[in-house]
Amino acid sequence: MFSQAVFYFFAALAVTSAILMVTRRNIIHGAVFLITTLLATAGIFLQLDAEFLFVVQIILYVGGIMVLFVFVIMLVNLDVSMRLVQFNHQRFVAGALALVLGAQVFLALKVGPGVMPHPAQQIMSPKNTEAVGDALFTHYMLPFEIASILLLVAMIGAVVMAKRRV
Amino acid sequence: MMHLIPPAILPYVLPVVYALVIVAVLPLMAGYIVLLERKVMADMQARLGPMRVGPHGLLQPIADAVKLLLKEDIVPREADRLMFYVAPLVSVTMALLAYAAMPFGPAFQIADLNVGLLFILAVSSLGIYGIVLGGWASNSHYSLLGALRSAAQLVSYETAAGLGLISGLLLAGSLSMKDIVQAQADQGVWFILVAPIGFFVYLVGSIAETNRAPFDLPEAESELVAGYMTEYSGFRWSLYFLAEYANMIIVAGIATTLFLGGWLRPFPRIHEHLFGTSVELLDALPSLIFLAIGLYCFRLTPRQPVQIQKFVMAAAGGLCLLLAGAMAASLFAPPTVMQGVHGGFWFMVKVMAYLYAFLWIRFTFPRYRFDQLMRLGWRFLIPLALVNVIGVGTAIVLQQQWGWNPRVTELVTLAATIGVAIWLASEDEKPVAAVVAADGE
Repeated sequence: MFSQAVFYFFAALAVTSAILMVTRRNIIHGAVFLITTLLATAGIFLQLDAEFLFVVQIILYVGGIMVLFVFVIMLVNLDVSMRLVQFNHQRFVAGALALVLGAQVFLALKVGPGVMPHPAQQIMSPKNTEAVGDALFTHYMLPFEIASILLLVAMIGAVVMAKRRV
Repeated sequence: MMHLIPPAILPYVLPVVYALVIVAVLPLMAGYIVLLERKVMADMQARLGPMRVGPHGLLQPIADAVKLLLKEDIVPREADRLMFYVAPLVSVTMALLAYAAMPFGPAFQIADLNVGLLFILAVSSLGIYGIVLGGWASNSHYSLLGALRSAAQLVSYETAAGLGLISGLLLAGSLSMKDIVQAQADQGVWFILVAPIGFFVYLVGSIAETNRAPFDLPEAESELVAGYMTEYSGFRWSLYFLAEYANMIIVAGIATTLFLGGWLRPFPRIHEHLFGTSVELLDALPSLIFLAIGLYCFRLTPRQPVQIQKFVMAAAGGLCLLLAGAMAASLFAPPTVMQGVHGGFWFMVKVMAYLYAFLWIRFTFPRYRFDQLMRLGWRFLIPLALVNVIGVGTAIVLQQQWGWNPRVTELVTLAATIGVAIWLASEDEKPVAAVVAADGE
């Protein structure tokens, strides 16, 4: 009962601030609402007993990536950006995509409990952090390393593009 | 009295009381750290510092707080009002929230989370939004520049400080603040002795994260007129100040827990007893320290020039004697009470020592230039921290899986890390002009 209330609180917060993030005209306000969305998502992780994910979500997304976002936004000329057209005119494509996504979510809710086990049962143990580390470095070693190589490539690419002759 | 509380809320009573105590005491502590800072600064510059309000300025923090509360609260006309109001609150709230997992002793901790250390890091890193949004909302160039510098600085030094902490975490094998201290008690050594480089990297990183000199570029008075705080006044300004000092205590608490043995007493293996009683000699040290300070206060009392100052000085001496008595009395209390009280004492002593290092560094080094700051972070501290993590990890594997002598492996990896540090420093000293010329730009 209590955990459901917590879930609905964070879910409502996440959805509301996501909508506000898209509709705000001031880009800094948009960034603040994105931060709220990410924090609310972290709260949902916590409600699912995944403390490690909760903390990593905050450290990485809110404490790291969003700080860089805000940093870049501050260098943007706000007066110009406020007058720009906010939405583009691809309503039909967007509508179709939203329908497909909605159908997917509906399907997942409908058949989900049978196909996908409840995640909290697997990570309820107090050794949450160890469980994540174990899974990453044994079971999912290859995808993990591929992801890190991808990041490395992106990083080197950024350096090369910023400095033409290194 | 405990039986009056319904059992459903019983587990929450003590944490709530602790939280209230922390929120109530922290502003006072921050005020007195400011006084300490001014006194240390005065001493290092051969001055007296605050002397007027109370004996030796002992009541200065209270006068300052009253002054700040009564000052006019000015909001710039072009400011983003909501953001301007919210930003200082974000800073303070996040700083206070981080205390939820801070162990001030074996008993005095609000919640022992099993990701405690990461929680403190995560929450205290959110305080940056207070600075960045406050600087932006002020709609002033100085403020915006301060905010930008702060964001760049935090992102750079958070990595280094985090990597410095990892070397301690490898040794502790846990993220829970309580277990980290317990691991140091079990291994019989403070982790600063095993991973001194990790401690050094965290010390530098934590100074930069709390925007203290020589890394105080976000608020640099002589360049930016107080940076992100330029447009703030009165109570909102003091909220920023409170957040800064709360953050200082947090980083000091993290360093104390991870590297300086938390609430553990120094020299835990010395069990000499006092005059044949069951009291250990070193456990009497806190009472003796307070007794000495109290007696010193009484000696100074007749020398105070004004009647009220004499009175306050005597009161301070009396307070110290009271604390000495409490410390001594707890020696004969049940072991949990005794460890709680003395653990809190040792924890605060170590936190204060760490903060003293902050002040010492502040008044010794000139401020960095921005490019120097970035170079130090990215080209010295982060590579050094990475090598240090590899070194400490290697030492642990060699000990645990190959059965090598712990002290030898630690010394060898430490020597290797110091070698890398010297190499990095010598690389760094090469003139930048050569690098720029090689770029051809």
